[in-house]
Amino acid sequence: MQYYLLIEKCAYCALYFRGTIMKKFIYVVLFSLVSTGVFASCNVTNGTINILANEFATLRILMEEAKNCAGPDADFSVTHSVDHQKLQGPALEANPSEFTAKIVTNGSITPLMSADLLRPLDDLVAKYGQNLQKSQLITFDGKIYAVAFMANAQHLWYRESVFNELGIAVPTTYEEVIAAAEKIRASGKMQNPYGGAFKAGWNLSQEFVNMYLGHGGEFFKPGTAEPSINNAKGVAALNVIKKLTELSNPDFLTHDTNATKIEWESGNVAVMNLWGSGAATLLDDEGDQAIKADTRLAPPPTVGGGSNPATTLWWDGLAIAKNTSDENAEASFRALVGAASSTEMANANPNAAVWLIKGYTPGAAAVGVLASAQMGATPYPSIPHMGLLHGALSTEMVEFLQGNESAEKALADVEAAYRAKATEQGFL
Amino acid sequence: MPHKTFFWFFFPSGLAMILFIGLPIFSSFFQSLHIETEQILIEVETCDPFGCEMEVQVDQEATGLLREESPLGRFNGFGTYLDRNHLAFDDLGAGWETKTSIRNFISIVLNLPFYKSLLFTLTFCFSVTPVVVCLGFVVALSVNALAKSIKGPVIFGTILPMIVTPLIGSLVLFWMIDAQGILGATLQKILDDPNLSLKASRNLTWITLIIYGIWHNTPFAFVVFYAALQTVPQEPVEAAIIDGASRFQRVRYIVLPHVYPVATFIALICLMDNFRVFEPIIGFSAEGVAQSLSWMIYKDLRNETLMLFGSAGATSMLTILGVAILLTPVLIRTWKEFRTDR
Repeated sequence: MQYYLLIEKCAYCALYFRGTIMKKFIYVVLFSLVSTGVFASCNVTNGTINILANEFATLRILMEEAKNCAGPDADFSVTHSVDHQKLQGPALEANPSEFTAKIVTNGSITPLMSADLLRPLDDLVAKYGQNLQKSQLITFDGKIYAVAFMANAQHLWYRESVFNELGIAVPTTYEEVIAAAEKIRASGKMQNPYGGAFKAGWNLSQEFVNMYLGHGGEFFKPGTAEPSINNAKGVAALNVIKKLTELSNPDFLTHDTNATKIEWESGNVAVMNLWGSGAATLLDDEGDQAIKADTRLAPPPTVGGGSNPATTLWWDGLAIAKNTSDENAEASFRALVGAASSTEMANANPNAAVWLIKGYTPGAAAVGVLASAQMGATPYPSIPHMGLLHGALSTEMVEFLQGNESAEKALADVEAAYRAKATEQGFL
Repeated sequence: MPHKTFFWFFFPSGLAMILFIGLPIFSSFFQSLHIETEQILIEVETCDPFGCEMEVQVDQEATGLLREESPLGRFNGFGTYLDRNHLAFDDLGAGWETKTSIRNFISIVLNLPFYKSLLFTLTFCFSVTPVVVCLGFVVALSVNALAKSIKGPVIFGTILPMIVTPLIGSLVLFWMIDAQGILGATLQKILDDPNLSLKASRNLTWITLIIYGIWHNTPFAFVVFYAALQTVPQEPVEAAIIDGASRFQRVRYIVLPHVYPVATFIALICLMDNFRVFEPIIGFSAEGVAQSLSWMIYKDLRNETLMLFGSAGATSMLTILGVAILLTPVLIRTWKEFRTDR
């Protein structure tokens, strides 16, 4: 997996270098025309900007924009890491904190909120947030704690030529997805036509979250931290996942999102469930252009006769550390909000993400995420103890997927493992 | 050596051991006796791009006050040690009551995370260690018999697996056994099974990890045995040759008794190392089917959005206890050997 990451990183490097050279070129041209700076809007001169963010192409674009906004004199640094969720707690708990800002999602913001590590942003939004849309503001109990800039969701991807050739209609339910994948396998075109991030750990649990919500399930008894997933909906969700894994590469337990993308780009997969933000790498100019031209995005399927699609809606946004000086907070906020309200950046990269920025015209690749929202997909729950359940799911699900135990037993194990953890964390 | 001299001789390293090993262990132990303060939950209105909703959140003020009152959390005694994610005595008891057969009870026990991890850890430990000791001895004997001119390069080549960082070593092997990697694809071809995957089944993953463990650990045994072979006295060997002893007999009756204490030492270190097996699990992305005790500690600290310090501390203590139990027979044996030597 690390190998794939490395390849992808190198691809980023190449893009990055090409990008900076091009930008320098444009600067030279612009500076020769006008005497004032192009990014004068938020020239940050005092305060340190040090950002922790997840590692994917869209965030690199955003960080590039934030860096430009901060200007050449700013003390600007950013750490991209797939381990950002694990680093954020200890890094922001230190005083002064290791990072001044964190790119959060509706999943990763909750532990920071529970531990009271984020700075309320109302004053900064009032001062610098004129270009933000109201829908970008993430509020808890009336106070702003984050500013969202993009929406993301997992949805269906398929290879049009393969589907056309075998006369398969675009699936709208997971039952149809399974039938389609079985048909492709039977035709002998592909051995393992379905792709999904089933890597034991966060990814595998996320698949359960999708399917369970698709079946209309509730994770907790209302208003409490008591789990309630051991029911008919949970069993049905697990069974669908098992069917899908049987149509996937036998190494599925080691495939994360990036590995799934590689499978797609190698032409081993004809239908998959992947993040909308994957378009930034799958629909770029690298890799097999024939596969790229054949790649189609579709809304997320529903499952088990449910009306809500089996996916979760996510937002990515910026948040500022509590344990950092006002000066650093202000500098970080200005640079990031400059990027998070940059219509030019959004429209220059319309397919990199579904931006929530004012004046953004969605690109062709936004169709999946927009459809998820229109179909009423559930946002990933921003509940403090959700992370513990998510963690408990993965380890206990594997036994079921390998056929070693029943779905009911696996779900009972998940609940038991969760209870022990939640007791230790003081939720139960 | 007079006691006083010995004391001052030992003092610096003793101090370092207390500061950097003793105190952290004590601190982990202390931590493992505590759990977090109660999290007070309230329902507040949260708004995001997808709309507003009433959601359960932690009451920062009230919980913050509780945390300030008792920064260590609540005292829980050995509660964490006994919960379902560790020793799980309650679940064991319930399993014993409801069991239908001994087989069924074993499957109930191995369904509990701690015992599942313990089973893999012990399997790994007891498969790798004996093979490493034997293989290391054989390799050392072979290298020792080589001509002087090629000995240097061969020794370097032999200890290479130990020089390679465990994570890198396991990653290299991980890619090679991939269905499209050189080993994985070759195996599929030889066995004529296009669906064969070394990463998919539990047994094959365990075998892969064990082979990796042997590959990685053998050089250590080799180096120590090789050094010991240099000290084998030549006179008895020559006498044995004159008496017409075969090579095997010379090794069996002269070399082996001479290096026997070294073998005990190697077994000791290997057992200790292998009980803490961790890197290959990460390198092979094998956490789905193979979990070790060290991996459990890692998971508690890194795989969760919230860190479970108490749980990790408890598993650490149990690991130390496990190492101690495992080493007792070997230690007793070494002690006896030293006594008879005198």
